[in-house]
Amino acid sequence: MNLQSDDFELFGLPQQFTQDRAAIDARWKDLQREAHPDKFAAQGAAAQRVAMQWSVRINEAYQRLKDPLRRAAYLCELHGAPVNAENNTAMPAEFLMQQMEWREALDDAQDIPALDTLNDEVGRSRKGLLQRCELLLDQAKDYTGAVAQVRALMFIERFARDIEARYDKMESRLG
Amino acid sequence: MALLQISEPGQAPDPHQRRIAVGIDLGTTHSLVAAVRNGVAECLPDTEGRVILPSVVRYLPQGGRQIGHEALAQQINDPGNTIASVKRLMGRGLADVSQPGKLPYALVDAPGMVRVRTIDGEKTPVEVSAEILATLRYRAEDTFNDDLYGAVITVPAYFDDAQRQATKDAAQLAGLNVLRLINEPTAAAIAYGLDNASEGIYAVYDLGGGTFDISILRLSKGVFEVIATGGDSALGGDDYDRALAEWMLTEAGLTADTPEDQARIMAEAREAKEALSIEEIVTAELELSSGAVDLSLNRDQFEAWTATLTVRTMTAVRKVLRDARLTVDEVQGVVMVGGSTRMPVIRRTVGEFFGRAPLTNLNPDEVVALGAAIQANQLAGNNPSGDLLLLDVIPLSLGIETMGGLVERIVPRNQTIPTAMAQDFTTYKDGQTALALHVVQGERDLVADCRSLARFELRGIPPMAAGAARIRVTFTIDADGLLQVGAREQGSGVEASITVKPSYGLGDEQIARMLQESFSTAQEDMRARALVEARVEADRMLMATRTALAADGDLLSTEERNALDGLMAALETIRTQDEAAVIDAATEALAKGTEAFAAMRMNRGIQQALAGKNIAAV
Repeated sequence: MNLQSDDFELFGLPQQFTQDRAAIDARWKDLQREAHPDKFAAQGAAAQRVAMQWSVRINEAYQRLKDPLRRAAYLCELHGAPVNAENNTAMPAEFLMQQMEWREALDDAQDIPALDTLNDEVGRSRKGLLQRCELLLDQAKDYTGAVAQVRALMFIERFARDIEARYDKMESRLG
Repeated sequence: MALLQISEPGQAPDPHQRRIAVGIDLGTTHSLVAAVRNGVAECLPDTEGRVILPSVVRYLPQGGRQIGHEALAQQINDPGNTIASVKRLMGRGLADVSQPGKLPYALVDAPGMVRVRTIDGEKTPVEVSAEILATLRYRAEDTFNDDLYGAVITVPAYFDDAQRQATKDAAQLAGLNVLRLINEPTAAAIAYGLDNASEGIYAVYDLGGGTFDISILRLSKGVFEVIATGGDSALGGDDYDRALAEWMLTEAGLTADTPEDQARIMAEAREAKEALSIEEIVTAELELSSGAVDLSLNRDQFEAWTATLTVRTMTAVRKVLRDARLTVDEVQGVVMVGGSTRMPVIRRTVGEFFGRAPLTNLNPDEVVALGAAIQANQLAGNNPSGDLLLLDVIPLSLGIETMGGLVERIVPRNQTIPTAMAQDFTTYKDGQTALALHVVQGERDLVADCRSLARFELRGIPPMAAGAARIRVTFTIDADGLLQVGAREQGSGVEASITVKPSYGLGDEQIARMLQESFSTAQEDMRARALVEARVEADRMLMATRTALAADGDLLSTEERNALDGLMAALETIRTQDEAAVIDAATEALAKGTEAFAAMRMNRGIQQALAGKNIAAV
């Protein structure tokens, strides 16, 4: 194993979508216990530099592994099906319609309960897409098919961030 | 000043066995230094037995200065030259300071950071802070009758890069070797967590003199993982004082017309606020140039008058819980830090929100310094069996300005550090050979609403069609939370990078000059100190290498081993010479020579960590 190992190898986990979050967290801490620069604070500059590189690499892998969306995108990429989100924004009409409805609902939401309702709906939709990802990635091994789900999830994630921003705005107005 | 010898008789403090490392809480209203002695962290007192050093510096004509209690005692008589709450100015321009006219001393706008005009000339906030840090350094050195190996300095979690950099500069200026900057709530959590053997999710509510932090941590088996952090780096007890002072003036029908009046009303307000934490009703005697009035104040009035401030802290609490994706019920305990959490209204409001009484069993003034001391002791290598590990985050997002004054976020807030993140950009004109990069920090979408950290240029891009160049911008944040930015055109390999000494930071030369001017003035002292430091560093490197070889020497071929032995022997000989630069060069040569070995050791460590797990899992 080295700095170029893939995230799953680095964390000693099977290369698949289904993962136990607790195991990822535990492994992350075990690895940081070995590699964190604080462990080498009294051991000279060379050890510090190496520790920094490893610690950064471990955090990078952790961020990708623990987030189901990023984990799915990473698996697609590892299997030669890059998501290319920037260059490829074409989505099914049905999906886009739903997005537009949600945007309108967000614009119309006047209070926290209204936001909660929308937030729950988006959460359910996200959960459904993740379940489809799991089927496509771990059982059908259809990485190209999974890419479409991942891209839909990216739209949803962006929308979830907008909901979040609205929560912030409403809260600070209340405050 | 009397020298206190603290070591046990017969236990000479051998610098090779025990390194003196301290934790310093550089606070808005007061500062403390703590160290681990005989396995216990404790705050170090001054010769009069006081652990608190008021963060106040008074400048006298001809370069004289008073620091701490002495300066505080003169604040009312000489407000213009007595600098309090300087932490609020760290890494800040004049435009960032709210209501500069209400400060009893005069601020001067300067490129970079605001300065304070004193009878002894203009002073940067970094210099003023360095006076406080140097005072604490001397206190620690007198306590141990030895030089310090290093210090962990605490900063508010919500400090941005400019404020962190300014703090590190101040420590450097005070002649301190900074082992790490750590966040105040994290330091408090260390002190609390280790003290109470806590596990689970904890919130740290830290309301100090001038800053407010709220952090959510997960504690498990010595690992302190910060999940999310938030707050307001310009909200603290000072603001409660100011609000109360305004109210007192209105009630009394008086005005504060002179700097002396302002200092006096602020002191009265602060005293009344502190008394109201204990009593329901207090009396304040106002004596200003516009008249004298006796005022009766009660706690309810005070709480109503300052309610907007308390509400602001709770808005930040709710936001950080959302960032952490946690609900109130999942939080197992709330730790109170900072002198301002003595206010009953704060304890009540926080307690009601979390549905449990906050933890207050450690002194809220001391807990941050104590936690920093524990971390310093571990970083200095005094506690090899210690399994304390801090996994902290950056408080604010970092990004780059793009077309139209918009921010492209590269590192989102609450990322665990150290971290490196990259994003690709391209040119927007045909034949464009340079790209200007503007690094900003903050959560807003418009550059104008974020803090500008640095600007630099990538030059020498080969002329190409617009959009053909691929420029990778990499943000690297080290374990201190400090940022470095690099840009590289992928096709041609042209590179540029900058350590973000933000527009508000000080250059290395400026620091060196200020070091020379203010501390260890004589040139000879500087040289002697440099030589001692070079030898200490050489010994440190030699010892680290020997330890590494003893543990993992089998990883090396005979050839590699001989090369390392050669470098070590060379350094052994050279360290006895009298030239710091020569010793430093030999130390660096050994450091470079051990880099590959360090990588092999790291590999082995990681493999073993995983191997152990895999077997255990079967």
